[in-house]
Amino acid sequence: MTAERFPIEASHVLMFARAIGDPNNVYYDADYASGTEVGAIPAPPTFVQASAQFDPDYFLRPKIGEPWFGSGKEATGTPPSKSSSGSSGGGGGGLHAEQHYTYHRTPKVGDVLTAEVKPGESWEKQGRRAGKLVFRETITEYRDQDGELVVTARSVGVRTERPATEEG
Amino acid sequence: MTLSAAELEVGQTFDQVLVEDLKRTQLVQYAGASGDYNPLHSDEVYTTEIAGYPSVFAHGMLTMGMTGRVITDMVGDGRLLEYGGRFTAQVWPGDTLTATATVTAVEERDGAPVACFEIATTNQDGAVVFAATAVARIDA
Repeated sequence: MTAERFPIEASHVLMFARAIGDPNNVYYDADYASGTEVGAIPAPPTFVQASAQFDPDYFLRPKIGEPWFGSGKEATGTPPSKSSSGSSGGGGGGLHAEQHYTYHRTPKVGDVLTAEVKPGESWEKQGRRAGKLVFRETITEYRDQDGELVVTARSVGVRTERPATEEG
Repeated sequence: MTLSAAELEVGQTFDQVLVEDLKRTQLVQYAGASGDYNPLHSDEVYTTEIAGYPSVFAHGMLTMGMTGRVITDMVGDGRLLEYGGRFTAQVWPGDTLTATATVTAVEERDGAPVACFEIATTNQDGAVVFAATAVARIDA
């Protein structure tokens, strides 16, 4: 995900925390959070993934006026694209294989981050059920309003020959 | 809450039930919050007829997001230094997931105490769906 401006906002953290089923009060109550060690509502550990919302080109979000490959009248709006990138979370035949975060500090509400993507390694493997597996790594650096590195994310996507129900 | 080095022993484990009978609606909730609207996670028609899967399935990142709680509930908020893992099997609607964190080391890093964990998130059949490690700051 590339984002020029990824503001961490309280309502977004609330929705994200609900979605991952985390009842920790620190994500819902700014007053409570201000009295904790972080001093503000912290972003949940995997929250930076939601920078997808702020990536203008993110291919797994329907865009106004553009075709979308999900079902409508037909089972798909467009033929599935084999070339669409599945490097950060799957899609179009790609699946998410690994995700790693290094926290240089805890991102929190009020931060305005940028996300810059750097290409990583690529490799192949023969899978048991899904045929040839092509792995691709992506490194994303999240920096704050002062240009300081906050989180480094390493994502590994895998593209399979056949639908994978065991691997990926 | 925060943990001190004295409270932790290598081999100690912590369990957390993450979700029981995972609902498709939660996948929609996660799609909306994360911005990953891949139809494989919410569009049963596309996923079964076009992509060839038996049903929609969870975002790997939903499983990883749910799993994070086993560490943050234990060591406190804002204490993670590293968290990462592999998605080893798919998570389907109806699954019940439990995360188990095991302390693998209590040591010093750059002069400050840290705890290292191995985490396995398993489904109702005992299959590991997410295998992770984490490192967190703890109190001396």
